[in-house]
Amino acid sequence: MVEVISKRQVFAWLVPFLLLVLLFFLVPLLYMVITSFSNSEGFTFKHYQSVLTNDYIRQGFKNSITLSAISAVIALIVTLFAVYAVMRFSEPVREKILILTNLTSNFSGIPLAFAFIVLLGNSGLFTLLFEKWEIGALSSFSLYSWSGLLLIYIYFQLPLALMLLYPIYDGIQQQWKEAAALLGASTWQFWVKIGIPVMLPGIVGTFSVLFANAMGAYASAYALTSSNYNLVAIRIGALIKGDIFAQPELASAIAVLLAVTMVMAMLLSEWSIKKTRGKL
Amino acid sequence: MKKRGFADFFFLLFVLYLVLPIVATTLYAFSAKWNKSILPEGLTFKWLATLFQDAQFIEAFGRSVLLSGGAVVVAMLVIVPAIFIIVLYFPKYEKWIQVAVVMVYSFPGVILAVGLIRVYSKVGVPMILVVVGAYVIGILPYIYQGTRNSLRNVDARQLLDAAQLLGASKMQAFMKILLPTVYPGLFAGALLSFSVLFGEFVLINLVVGSRFETVQIYLMKKLSASGHIASAVVFIYLVLMGLLTFVIALLTKRSKGATNI
Repeated sequence: MVEVISKRQVFAWLVPFLLLVLLFFLVPLLYMVITSFSNSEGFTFKHYQSVLTNDYIRQGFKNSITLSAISAVIALIVTLFAVYAVMRFSEPVREKILILTNLTSNFSGIPLAFAFIVLLGNSGLFTLLFEKWEIGALSSFSLYSWSGLLLIYIYFQLPLALMLLYPIYDGIQQQWKEAAALLGASTWQFWVKIGIPVMLPGIVGTFSVLFANAMGAYASAYALTSSNYNLVAIRIGALIKGDIFAQPELASAIAVLLAVTMVMAMLLSEWSIKKTRGKL
Repeated sequence: MKKRGFADFFFLLFVLYLVLPIVATTLYAFSAKWNKSILPEGLTFKWLATLFQDAQFIEAFGRSVLLSGGAVVVAMLVIVPAIFIIVLYFPKYEKWIQVAVVMVYSFPGVILAVGLIRVYSKVGVPMILVVVGAYVIGILPYIYQGTRNSLRNVDARQLLDAAQLLGASKMQAFMKILLPTVYPGLFAGALLSFSVLFGEFVLINLVVGSRFETVQIYLMKKLSASGHIASAVVFIYLVLMGLLTFVIALLTKRSKGATNI
């Protein structure tokens, strides 16, 4: 092995990087945790107490968790079948589908919220259509509500779900299917007894990434309901931005709780994706 | 056979769901009037033209490019060499980068914003620089992925060793051999990071606010003001993202192709 790099060079290149991570990631997060435990008198649990006893904030958590979980499940189910269909296309077609999905994965936040307003807003394309056809139940649909948010959340979950599920499907080998078929199993039996069980940890991992992704989403909900719908991320934003009623300590406590939720989701996904990898 | 139809149905649903909002917004951006009817009444370039005559939009676009581009350049100068050094010379520390990548990826902007405001709002640092710093860290996952894949594809360590055994200097080996081979992958990572940052709204809105109006903030303002202008903005955003995605796909293909030599 040729000696190629001096200690000074290593130092010169690593220190700026470490400094950036420290200054713009670790210190702010640490400071946020400290803030959440302190008030003018010093250490306190008071902010956490107010989070846990405040019905409004509790409702925000409940709304966020339900919205994230349901959007993740729906996106997961749709994508599981969609990927199954994609896998039967030829390589070039598959590649084009992946490119399209990549494109839409960038379509999120404010632009996405606006696109749904065009489709389903007060004078949206489908809203007018439903009115014309006099479909009562559908014409009373409001985009600026829970169900509207759900549609948007599903939208930004779909590309992510595809990107995560694609490699897991890819790991299911053709030989397994052939072996199962030779032994007399039907396609249905193959998936129920072999395919799905092998993929299950990967699917759980995908679910938790999707869940975390939705829990942290802010922009699209903000654009659509401008702080009116009660979600954790929106609550945090309102608490730090409100110039008069800014409550950074309370915001920090909520943010810490949100972070804990997401870290747990990410740990679950790490663990289960590792488990899938071992099998495939 | 029946099952295939079932899966295809979901695939169709999947594609339609992803494409429909894009098509509708594009149509809206070119429609002369579209209030009462199902389909637009007449097509026009009026909205795009208005947008391009709006100095506010041009400035916002410039700021977005500057902000996202600046963060990507800093990341390329600071993060890429650090990843190179760790992957090539200290592989056992690579797991720490991976930990950082997972952490950065799992903490959303809204959480980070709380900490950033707490730490920097009273120390006199321009908040826009704080956002740049946070952006650089925010794209770490994409930069790491791009750099790591390129290095793995070309077996960088062996390549460097071989070049030096054949008499190249350290600098020559690095600049003339390694960098050109990993360049497409790095460039794809940079473009991806740029497109992610271009769509960022949370940090810029919460940490800096309308004092630094990017395209996203401009769009947010136009949302309630004019639907047509807003859709023109979204259309331009989509075109830009489309171009970037296309170039990234080409580059990724090329950097994959390099391994087949």
